[in-house]
Amino acid sequence: MKLSQVVKLTKGKILCGDEQLESDLGQAFSSDLMSDVLTLGLTDILLITGLVNLQVIRTAEMADIKHVLLVRNKTVSEDIIELAKSSGICLIHSPVSMFKASGELYHAGLKPIY
Amino acid sequence: MKLDYEIKGGDFASAGSASSQVKKVLARLNLDPKLVRKTVVALYEAEVNVVAHAWSGQISVDIDPSRIIISIKDKGPGIASIDRAMEKGYSTASQKVRDMGFGAGMGLPNIKNNTDKMSISSVIEEGTHLQFENYIR
Repeated sequence: MKLSQVVKLTKGKILCGDEQLESDLGQAFSSDLMSDVLTLGLTDILLITGLVNLQVIRTAEMADIKHVLLVRNKTVSEDIIELAKSSGICLIHSPVSMFKASGELYHAGLKPIY
Repeated sequence: MKLDYEIKGGDFASAGSASSQVKKVLARLNLDPKLVRKTVVALYEAEVNVVAHAWSGQISVDIDPSRIIISIKDKGPGIASIDRAMEKGYSTASQKVRDMGFGAGMGLPNIKNNTDKMSISSVIEEGTHLQFENYIR
């Protein structure tokens, strides 16, 4: 699935990394627990989370995750966007819930990790 | 090659900055990306642990042609039972740490999973010393 389709299906808005709109994604993982994200051992996934802080970006950076979808219409501070930019991470902001985002993307063919 | 970093306990905004710098150095050395990811995931878990639990800490990274050796020494309350701390799901983390997306009792087991060799020692009211190695194959 193209990242542009993720944006469309979740009524999202790209906060940074719009040069990655044509990236292809195969799998996604939804979690607010960064400890779980760090156990995955897979790269090139879409992380769907309602947790919005600097540690989400750091976690994505360490885990080689380049695409993060922030759900539940959270306020995203400028320092988070700046850190994502400097780490080469594409951030998408979405007003929908984690359940709805996950459901829409799964329905459209994005696969779970397990 | 040797690298040294300081960690401040409680400084959540900076948690991960040392791991990020180490990642950049390892990436420049053209090492296997999987090895780099495993090493920095382990280091990041350890760095978050120091920020979450200790007063201050020091990271030293030693890279030679055959392995990456990382030592994280902190001054802090220490770990009462290392056996319990190694159990998945056991945690003494504060609500603040949990709000950051951590504190689920998975840090030390995940460090073990991402390293080839790991040792930990701790003295109550003094601090904890964690050391791990990943082999360059």
